Amino acid sequence: MIQTLFGSVPTQPSLLERLKSGVQRTRQGLVSQLETVLAGRKEIDAELLEELEYTLISADIGVRTTTEVLEIIRQRVDRKLVGDAGELRQLIQNHLIEVLQATERPLPRVTTPPAVVMVVGVNGTGKTTTIGKLARLYREEGRSVLLCAADTFRAAAIEQLEIWGQRTSTEVIRQKPGADPSAVLFDAIQAGKSRKIDYVIADTAGRLHTKSNLMAELEKMRRTASRLIPGAPHEVLLVMDATTGQNGLEQARRFTETSGVTGIVLTKLDGTAKGGVVIPIARELNLPIRYVGVGEKPEDLLPFEPEKFVASLFEA
Amino acid sequence: MFENLSEKLQRVFKNLRGEGKLTAENMESALREIRVALLEADVHFRVVKQLIENIKQKAMGEEVLTALSPSQQVVKIVHEELIKILGSHQSKLRFANEPPTVIFIVGLQGSGKTTTTGKLARWLSKNGHSPLMVSVDVYRPAAREQLSVIGRELKLPVYEGTPGETTPADLARGARKEATNTGRDVVLIDTAGRLHIDEDLMKELQELKGLLSPTEILFVADAMTGQDAVKSADEFHKRLGITGVILTKMDGDARGGAALSIRTVTNQPLKFVGVGEKFDAIEPFHPDRVASRILGMGDVLSIIEKVEEQIDQKKAEEMQRKLLENEFTLEDFRDQIRQLRKLGPLESILSMMPQVGILKDLKNVKVDEKEITRVVAIIDSMTPQERANHMIINGSRRRRIARGSGTTVQEVNQLLKQYAQMRKMMKSFSGGFLGKRLGKMKLPDILGQRL
Ligand SMILES: Nc1nc2c(ncn2[C@@H]2O[C@H](COP(=O)(O)OP(=O)(O)OP(=O)(O)O)[C@@H](O)[C@H]2O)c(=O)[nH]1
Ligand SMILES: Nc1nc2c(ncn2[C@@H]2O[C@H](COP(=O)(O)OP(=O)(O)OP(=O)(O)O)[C@@H](O)[C@H]2O)c(=O)[nH]1
Ligand SMILES: [Mg+2]
Ligand SMILES: [Mg+2]
Repeated sequence: MIQTLFGSVPTQPSLLERLKSGVQRTRQGLVSQLETVLAGRKEIDAELLEELEYTLISADIGVRTTTEVLEIIRQRVDRKLVGDAGELRQLIQNHLIEVLQATERPLPRVTTPPAVVMVVGVNGTGKTTTIGKLARLYREEGRSVLLCAADTFRAAAIEQLEIWGQRTSTEVIRQKPGADPSAVLFDAIQAGKSRKIDYVIADTAGRLHTKSNLMAELEKMRRTASRLIPGAPHEVLLVMDATTGQNGLEQARRFTETSGVTGIVLTKLDGTAKGGVVIPIARELNLPIRYVGVGEKPEDLLPFEPEKFVASLFEA
Repeated sequence: MFENLSEKLQRVFKNLRGEGKLTAENMESALREIRVALLEADVHFRVVKQLIENIKQKAMGEEVLTALSPSQQVVKIVHEELIKILGSHQSKLRFANEPPTVIFIVGLQGSGKTTTTGKLARWLSKNGHSPLMVSVDVYRPAAREQLSVIGRELKLPVYEGTPGETTPADLARGARKEATNTGRDVVLIDTAGRLHIDEDLMKELQELKGLLSPTEILFVADAMTGQDAVKSADEFHKRLGITGVILTKMDGDARGGAALSIRTVTNQPLKFVGVGEKFDAIEPFHPDRVASRILGMGDVLSIIEKVEEQIDQKKAEEMQRKLLENEFTLEDFRDQIRQLRKLGPLESILSMMPQVGILKDLKNVKVDEKEITRVVAIIDSMTPQERANHMIINGSRRRRIARGSGTTVQEVNQLLKQYAQMRKMMKSFSGGFLGKRLGKMKLPDILGQRL
């Protein structure tokens, strides 16, 4: 027993024990609860709201967004606009889908190729792999592609991209390790122009958004691109790992500020992470999600579908 | 970006009546803020829930310290609770009785395993070991080449394998044999990134473990990981029995709440943190720093570090001992003030400290450089005996001191009263989190409050 100012309380089982049983209980709880909910038998109560909160927060949607979403819903419940829990769940899903759909915009139209695509992001999110997948995608569409090995920093980053080039029968423009990334980009765009290539996709070294010198390097690359082709880079894809938590919002903000991100690729959705941080990103930065990565193979890149994505957030 | 917990709590308690003590009512609002802070830091939902329970019980059980404001007191409890989970001190790598020691580096894709392998190799060789690295990532493009490049850069050996050795098991065994033959005492095995739900690849690791009986299986996790950290860490631990955790990419601005989640589900110690892409960017894990960071109170650390840089370590320890044993004399008091002033204007130092931020909000708190000068002058005018024992300072001595320092007897009285209160207060801190830090960091806000 623990003595407190409010009398004594029994000692609790260890945090670990409670956590473990808690997670299990909830998983079962949520599934069965939603089933009953769907059958329209269960009324909305505090417990259900807590389950919904758990669902949203554990998907990395973030506590603020979750609170705001639940508040909208709560108001409707108070006004008796929601009949049963099934409707409630649907309402939340629809709201999230709307948030994501609001960011959708058509791809920029490139009149004089090459289209320049820059791929950026923090370390290890899947940039190089995504470029391999994009190369395959564009090639399947009958386009010509040139890859640009502008990660001249990380050990064997160039070799990694070259293997992706071989896999997708795509040429890679490279220089030596340690070369100026802008210089490699310059070469690649020049080559793309003279050979009338459709796409130049530039790999960049992973960098944390807090490192201003490295962020400035991306700005320089942008300037290089636009000097060679007005309007380039046409797409700047921010590659984000679905396991990322609330830091994702700051990543998106800072990369957008310095390198003009036009869209997000959400990778590693083949794991158990939900990638819900894209919801606050969509709300606050209005950035569309272009693709999702679902594996390490060339074909594991899919277009983003808000309905499917939101449904997956609610799957246990 | 985020308001730190101190600031939040400051707001909570300011808006509530009965600021003087913790009550069930004001604790509720405080707990809500703590919950939000922890969730924003990516601590897992369930872990937060349990933590809040613990903190609540602790807070209710806590004797109300008049010297601390409620928010200070709550921050202290939360901080202590986090440290309790994170582990009270860093834990070291373990080595096999019979070399070579085999260490597995495992984790999700892109978490930083290969880079960390290089960092550990460097760290080991700096600490008297002779490591051999091997990559058993036969899947990812240029994964093995990456480790070879790192080895060349570090001038440390990487086992490249024979043409016949194509599987992870072959390569790992080959490397161990090579280590035995060449007298290398640690084999670092960099494994391919994998999802915890990838049945085949998880089995592969289990088999590798059976084959090589590693002394350490280190789980490398990205500090930016969100809620999913519990699932991946739990599964890796269940399958492999990990023996430690390395948290990478701590050089960014992620709060690193995943550390708490991972520690909670695996109960395995955090051993190192990665703080950059270069190979010297690895540090031993400091639970208190990570706890402060999770709460968004990195500023406190920078001030502590600043203070530590400036203040003579021995002196500080001596001071701390004196404080705790209540031998803190006026002489020591003056020394402390002098030390602090070396750090720069007190206002700027105080503003870096959340606890002081709270004090600053109180009406009667105003840091006045002139007053500090006056305090020093008063103490200067005392005899060594008086400074050593304030009890002997009677009326006539007070008059003499006032004359000598160009102050009034009232001002001397006030200082002595404050000093006595301070000693009393310090006594009540002893043993706790504040007690440990007292000599080094608590003084500025004591000054802030009293002067
Ligand atoms: N499961 C899974 N793994 C992925 C996915 N995308 C990338 N990966 C893996 O994640 C790891 C990192 O991928 P990279 O493409 O090297 O990441 P990067 O962003 O280029 O990394 P840096 O250049 O070092 O910053 C590799 O092991 C990839 O195979 C995905 O969608 N699913
Ligand atoms: N800023 C920073 N970057 C890091 C740190 N540790 C690793 N990285 C970077 O993270 C990226 C991925 O690191 P790797 O060591 O290749 O990761 P991995 O886990 O071996 O990746 P896979 O083998 O593909 O699963 C690289 O860009 C590294 O430079 C760190 O502590 N800080
Ligand atoms: Mg890369
Ligand atoms: Mg690796």
